[in-house]
Amino acid sequence: MVLLAGLLALCGPASAGEEAAGTETVRADGAVYEETLPNGMQVFIITDRSTPLAVFEVWYNAGSIHEKPGKTGLSHLLEHMMFKGTPSHGAGSFSKMIKRVGGIDNAGTGKDYAFYFQKLAPDRLSLSVEMEADRMSNLIMDPQETLSERNVVMEERRMRYDDDPQNLVYEEVMAAAFKNHPYRWPTIGWMSDLKTITHEDLLTYYRTRYVPNNAFIVAAGNIDVDSLMALIRKDFGRIPSGDPVRDSIPEEPEQLGERRVFVRKEAELPYVFSAYKAPNILDEDSYALDVLSSVLSDGKSARIYKSLIDKKQIALSAGAGYSSIQKYPHLFYLYGTAMPGRPIEDVEKALYEEVENIKEEPPSEREVQKAKNQIESDFIMHQDNVYYQAMMLALFQMVGDWTLRDRYIDGIRRVTPADVQRVAKKYLVEDTRTVGVLIPVKNREAQ
Amino acid sequence: MNGIRPGITGITAAVLLFLLSCAVPRSYALDVKRTVLENGLVLLTVERHNLPMVRVSVGINAGSLHEGADKAGLASLAAGLLTEGTKNRTAQQISEEIEFVGGELGASGGDDYVTAGLSVLKKDTALGLNLLSDIILNPLFPEPEIGKMKERIKGALRAKEESPGYVASRIFRSEIFGSHPYGRVVMGTPETLDSITREDLVSFHRDHYVPAQTIMAVVGDITHAEAEALIREYFGTWHQADAAAPDIPVATTTKRRKTVTVDKDLTQATIILGHGGISRGAPDYYAVSVMNYILGGGGFASRLMQNIREEKGLVYDISSVFSADRYGGSFEVSLQTSNETANRAIGEILREVQLMQHAPVSDQELSDAKSFLTGSFPMRIETSARIAGFLVAVEYYGLGLEYIDEYADYINSVSKEDVLRVARTYLDADKYVLVVVADQDKAALQEEYR
Repeated sequence: MVLLAGLLALCGPASAGEEAAGTETVRADGAVYEETLPNGMQVFIITDRSTPLAVFEVWYNAGSIHEKPGKTGLSHLLEHMMFKGTPSHGAGSFSKMIKRVGGIDNAGTGKDYAFYFQKLAPDRLSLSVEMEADRMSNLIMDPQETLSERNVVMEERRMRYDDDPQNLVYEEVMAAAFKNHPYRWPTIGWMSDLKTITHEDLLTYYRTRYVPNNAFIVAAGNIDVDSLMALIRKDFGRIPSGDPVRDSIPEEPEQLGERRVFVRKEAELPYVFSAYKAPNILDEDSYALDVLSSVLSDGKSARIYKSLIDKKQIALSAGAGYSSIQKYPHLFYLYGTAMPGRPIEDVEKALYEEVENIKEEPPSEREVQKAKNQIESDFIMHQDNVYYQAMMLALFQMVGDWTLRDRYIDGIRRVTPADVQRVAKKYLVEDTRTVGVLIPVKNREAQ
Repeated sequence: MNGIRPGITGITAAVLLFLLSCAVPRSYALDVKRTVLENGLVLLTVERHNLPMVRVSVGINAGSLHEGADKAGLASLAAGLLTEGTKNRTAQQISEEIEFVGGELGASGGDDYVTAGLSVLKKDTALGLNLLSDIILNPLFPEPEIGKMKERIKGALRAKEESPGYVASRIFRSEIFGSHPYGRVVMGTPETLDSITREDLVSFHRDHYVPAQTIMAVVGDITHAEAEALIREYFGTWHQADAAAPDIPVATTTKRRKTVTVDKDLTQATIILGHGGISRGAPDYYAVSVMNYILGGGGFASRLMQNIREEKGLVYDISSVFSADRYGGSFEVSLQTSNETANRAIGEILREVQLMQHAPVSDQELSDAKSFLTGSFPMRIETSARIAGFLVAVEYYGLGLEYIDEYADYINSVSKEDVLRVARTYLDADKYVLVVVADQDKAALQEEYR
């Protein structure tokens, strides 16, 4: 799972081009049809004749990095509000209609984007097109409903973070690793900010960012491109472009020394999460970092499992990960949960030893070949799912260009053992590392 | 990716929680070939040539149902140790061989049955099946690996206590099923794990890992004939042992009102409310599926979600499930809400349960439930991995391959009267087990909710 490890995020807005419709028409299985509507909305369709299903997605360049301090969590709350109806379709009716035809729908918000999807039979795609186009410009946000949904999101935050000690560590590490870049705040938002987000905040953000020239469509599955495009041109084509969206995302200054944060919280076992500044997938070094992550942690034959879990038996779980499919440079990380009775310092030290070993001596040809085989096989096996096919294209498009998807495996194949050693030396250095440690405390005794 | 969750915060996870349903419109019938080998192994094959890969799922009737309470965790430990050394390979050789080709191989315990799985690229099918056969037929259960695995399981049991949802579920199952294996944690306890010897493992494997108790599904870029020939090559010599006919007691659940609380420093109360349910083979299974979809299985289409999340904003997620196993089942509603709103949420659940029992559902609710349950089947068998897992379950629960064609009829024949009847028969707003993991001072649970 190297490719999708960690934080998915990014954002690479669909630029407001004025290209003629139908820039490319390829209909073979797996091929991508690409078109830009006159209002700037881009459309990508992956045809897969082997499945009875289709997935339809709308991606907005509207993630938490586009928020302002004090209003964090706005993008995600808006994603929830997108299910609250329009003048033509009442609250919750979109989801109900999709389920009535045997489909499912949902949405997600990341640091760089928000997206909405439905998975259903291809002959029902007109429902998706009509209702997604509708809520792109006609959303009703009743002030009362907004307050109620804010409470729902607060419950979500309590569940995912406030009562999950390891996720709290992750949140703290992000906040310390980034001091200026908006990757520093959580997508779900700080609790105190959630309380202050108003109906007006949401409306302004929606009107500015939920415009065709700041979004794109990805569909995948057993799709007739001509009929789907006709529906899209009709329903999305009539939505006027918004003002060009100009993002000025603050740059993260260079980190000049290790940062260390602690979370003291009711928990069972100590945990460490150690993250290094690393480039994103637009950088050639990202391929070697992916291979490095795999050499360290992809499976029971990988170095971290063999050393920390099997041989030394100091960690219950441990590994490495690399979040490269991000709009801006993000992190390469190591983590581990201590075995009961083992100090977390030993786990942290052992993780660094594995990194040092690679800095001292490159991994063997066989290890690197194994990592490449794992990454490539994973990439192929995931294509069995239309949702994943659409997701991969969209993530690469958000970072900059979906055709990176087709160059990804070639990039992995180019990596040599010397490259893996070189990137370990270049990026996994103490001075650009931020370490979070969970210190379990017991406030209660179970009854 | 332990502890690392993708930075996507979805609107709900409940959408897929229609656990009780297996909808199958006729038009998506699978071309399944069923073969019983001479040694009794049941082989199910489906050809899918969309990608150069092969998926194998194996179900072995060797779950925790077959272990004694004093050896709880034996079945799960045996399954976990399959990949930790065989007569032909060490643990490291097994992981190195499969991982070098980017494949996946593993086995894990369960209560009804043990599951082993293999995913490989087509070119590596023979290598993968060779490994799969080796771990199932020839595990060695080396002492050092037993010791390491026990420690890891004990550590995992400890780590799980950090999750309020796990704690609530563990207590709930124990209260509902008591001493029946369904009431235990499949992984066992630190004490029972300590009592398990290598001899226990070897004899458990000898008695229960037998071809006549094994179901194998091969799905992917491989023909029926190729699959059968390979399975014969790698599993044909697996000898049928004299397996003692398993004598499994039906899980009986006594209805009673009981509240169990766990006090922890948490911002939310994690709540499970429920009671005994039905087994997978119960004739009312399909009517119960429809009824539960309307009550709390249908995500945003369900009454619980509509009332408690959409109207009252008390939860992020709430769902109800009838989990139906071979020898019994349970009904449970689960949710998280802030400590202070626990009482209110519990009261609303009970109100919705009573409403299901007192008035028929609307025509629209009934038709929506049916159209989703029957229409969503293609998603449940979208991938080779899902198809393989589905086929093993269909075989294990004795549903018959015709089930795939007939499921829609089972669902469509459910009437409003049936829904009301099963709500009255299988739901109970008085005698239920309530588990609340929370900051108990703040939750301040009431004695009564009615």
